[in-house]
Amino acid sequence: MIQADLIVILPEILLAVYAMGALLVAVYTIKDGMAPTLVWLTSAIMVFLAAVIITGGEGTNVAFNGMFVDDSFSRFAKAAVLLSGAAVLVMSQEYMSRRGLLRFEYPLLIALASVGMMMMVSAGDLMSLYMGLELQSLALYVVAALRRDSIKSTEAGLKYFVLGALSSGLLLYGASLIYGFSGTTLFSGIIQTAQHGSVSVGLLFGLVFLISGLAFKVSAVPFHMWTPDVYEGSPTPITAFFATAPKVAAMGLFARVLHDAFGAAVSDWQQVLVVLSVLSMFLGAVAAIGQRDIKRLMAFSSIAHMGYALIGLAAGTVLGVQSMLIYMAIYVTMNVGTFAFILMMERDGQPITDIDALRMYASREPAKALAVLVLMFSLAGVPPFLGFFAKFGVWQAAIDAGLMGLVVASAIASVVGAFYYLRIVFYMYFGGETDEQLDTHSSPVLWTALMGSAALMMIGVFYQFGIEGAAASAAAALVN
Amino acid sequence: MDNILSIVTFVPALAGLILAVFLRGEDAAAQRNAKLVALFASTVTFLVSIGIYTGFDPANTGFQFVEEGEWLLGLKYKMGVDGISVLFVLLTTFIMPLTILASWNVTHRVKEYMIAFLLLETLMLGVFMALDLVLFYLFFEAGLIPMFLIIGIWGGKERIYASFKFFLYTFLGSVLMLVAMVAMYADAQTTDITVLLTHQFSAASFSVLGVHVVGGMQTLMFLAFFASFAVKMPMWPVHTWLPDAHVQAPTAGSVVLAAILLKMGGYGFLRFSLPMFPVGSDVLTPMVLWMSAIAVVYTSLVAMVQEDMKKLIAYSSVAHMGFVTMGIFAANQQGVDGAIFQMLSHGFISAALFLCVGVIYDRMHTREIDAYGGLVSRMPAYALVFMLFTMANVGLPGTSGFVGEFLTLMGTFQKNTWVAAVAATGVIFSAGYALWLYRRVVFGDLIRESLKSITDMDSRERLVFAPLIVMTILLGVYPSLVTDIIGPSTAALVSNFDSALAAADTATQVASH
Repeated sequence: MIQADLIVILPEILLAVYAMGALLVAVYTIKDGMAPTLVWLTSAIMVFLAAVIITGGEGTNVAFNGMFVDDSFSRFAKAAVLLSGAAVLVMSQEYMSRRGLLRFEYPLLIALASVGMMMMVSAGDLMSLYMGLELQSLALYVVAALRRDSIKSTEAGLKYFVLGALSSGLLLYGASLIYGFSGTTLFSGIIQTAQHGSVSVGLLFGLVFLISGLAFKVSAVPFHMWTPDVYEGSPTPITAFFATAPKVAAMGLFARVLHDAFGAAVSDWQQVLVVLSVLSMFLGAVAAIGQRDIKRLMAFSSIAHMGYALIGLAAGTVLGVQSMLIYMAIYVTMNVGTFAFILMMERDGQPITDIDALRMYASREPAKALAVLVLMFSLAGVPPFLGFFAKFGVWQAAIDAGLMGLVVASAIASVVGAFYYLRIVFYMYFGGETDEQLDTHSSPVLWTALMGSAALMMIGVFYQFGIEGAAASAAAALVN
Repeated sequence: MDNILSIVTFVPALAGLILAVFLRGEDAAAQRNAKLVALFASTVTFLVSIGIYTGFDPANTGFQFVEEGEWLLGLKYKMGVDGISVLFVLLTTFIMPLTILASWNVTHRVKEYMIAFLLLETLMLGVFMALDLVLFYLFFEAGLIPMFLIIGIWGGKERIYASFKFFLYTFLGSVLMLVAMVAMYADAQTTDITVLLTHQFSAASFSVLGVHVVGGMQTLMFLAFFASFAVKMPMWPVHTWLPDAHVQAPTAGSVVLAAILLKMGGYGFLRFSLPMFPVGSDVLTPMVLWMSAIAVVYTSLVAMVQEDMKKLIAYSSVAHMGFVTMGIFAANQQGVDGAIFQMLSHGFISAALFLCVGVIYDRMHTREIDAYGGLVSRMPAYALVFMLFTMANVGLPGTSGFVGEFLTLMGTFQKNTWVAAVAATGVIFSAGYALWLYRRVVFGDLIRESLKSITDMDSRERLVFAPLIVMTILLGVYPSLVTDIIGPSTAALVSNFDSALAAADTATQVASH
């Protein structure tokens, strides 16, 4: 039996063994000298595993008595996690090495975080849920504080750690309540207890605590406080990573818990998610208006986007999960491109994050400015770009589920939010000249990521690379 | 040609793409090439679109030249034209070469300028041809992006404020429409406009947050669409973005805005609001009619005190659009015919008026009315052209402006006499502000030093005005050129509207018994 179980979690084992093996090798050989190789090797392995997962898996395979579930939902989320993680890793190499930040631990910590995220989206049990979550979080606490000589980076790491520990505590408390009132940690067991219509008060409390812990991980309001500071303080490539893969994994885990364990009690958690979603959208939209720092701005933007993705989850239907997955896939693509651009924002080799520096960027770098324009309008949800279809999908699911009020609120929030994306376009195209111009240097990797992501925002309108079908079967596998 | 609509729609965008990829440099030759390519592409588009006109069968009230294909998320790529939309398509293709010709003096970032206008043309054409809700929305909304850039990059002093106001104002209206569209999709399980036109949306009254909604779902959807189209038209009291946008936009931007973009609101009412939500329309008709009447009178009065020429014409546009909404919601043959006619005629007249302002702005770089006076002695040809379009704007018989105003007033009179009576006073006010503007700019003594050396229109400018003059007079003396084409479709629209209302009436009577 154990062999069958191991085959199911083979990708996770491979990545974990690779990370630990490479760690040993690097420690006993040339240490940081190996870092660039490890970056490329790690992302190559991650892309390879993503390819294996996309093409290989079929049906639903359960391992370790239901603790680990490999279905098309987890495969979709894993592919998104691995591909975006690999993209960000490759993007970060040049930036990090020029600033002497490229230690050999960095790619390996990212690999370990990815293992954690793969565990998260495959969790079938409260134990494996927590294991995956903590593996991911611990790795991320460390990378947030990677720049040890910077107060801001250290602060970011510490803040992330303390608040992360708090959220883990909430989550564990919820998990223990759920265990106490249902007598099992297996999702398949919990759903049977919750099925009888009347969810007991204890179970409900547990559910709310669990949701709070998960809301912290997706940085939904009111559990978002860490996001702007951590985004601003961490080195930019790390911020890019925070904004992409962990968000997909946390959303995946969110959907997994709500549907696998509490799928029979949709009405009990729907209202909680509606509140989280509305608050996130409005706070993300309003708070970003005053931001001059593009990393903080993107932090609030990601809070708002999590709000939109939560709309799909709040619908509590197959269509809802499907639209949420598509939303996350599109969101990650947009963010990879946007952060590729932020990584290129430099003056005299120093990173610049003030959006004022973008004034009249379009007259010096028309191609890059156009790509950013596409990404900004896509993030704002303006057609004809793909970001619009992401919003359209979640709205469709929500209206199907009768959540008209939520959709109207999100429509208004999206107009408020459009302002700050427009402002970036305005700075680039008609913001008036500035003396302090950005460097025009660009690395081929970043350039490709920026252009590729912008191109996808347009190509996606005509051809979706089968994302839609994959998301549909993923959602069908999760919701039953 | 089976896919003539797609060809017409995407030729400009293709030309824009070619410019973006292949044209390099900012020297005079590159600028000239950009202008030539844009002019060539838009002219070709116009010539091909004549094929739509000649191949169009007015007697057929259904959609013609229909193209259909699969698209993402269960949506469809579906295009087609009927009697209501076909002339808007032609208006767009007709105006675009003229605006490009009128922008020959642009020197700042010419390539991007031409690309923006070509993309805008594609998106505007798509709006009038789309037969899928989401496709329509896509074109409708995407048009904001090039217009935002046109106002922002090539606009006047206050362009930043104007561009943001333009974008956010119209965006707020449209997202509410999008919500209603998604709700329609959920209700009818399709986004195909041809199917939705025959779909009965529930009109059963219900309460929302304690407010009793007569006409139920239909009224709410009507309001959501209204939020978008009323802003786009624009109707009083949500017209305030228009004067800002017009004043700050470059001349060609103003022309496109007035001649085509405003028409999308009226087209939307005719395509969606009236036929799809007849009960909702009926419930809110009094409100819309009075809003229109207020718009006609109020904005005419506001126009009278303007000191900026473009602002004056912008307010006059709002007033003329008031006639359009009035005609549409009169919901009878004369009213709807008149509304479409008025939109087309306003497309020519307002375009020409903004071009007239552009002619002297190019020379003097001011739009202040006080900075001019006595132009007739130096610019006789200009004075003549400006006179013609001032008269057309006033609605002098023999020009196209008269037909539209007369028909809409006649239609409204049958529906609501008081509204028509109030709006008719607007005709007098419009004569007031238009003639006063003309007197202050063109007549009087030429006392200003700076004007003493002003030159009359050159041959390029005359070439721009010639087609507009022809169309204004032609439609004025021979209106059946338009009404013959739109007549059968509007007749079908009106009769469907009436029978839907009658059916809904019986349904409520049955329900109450």
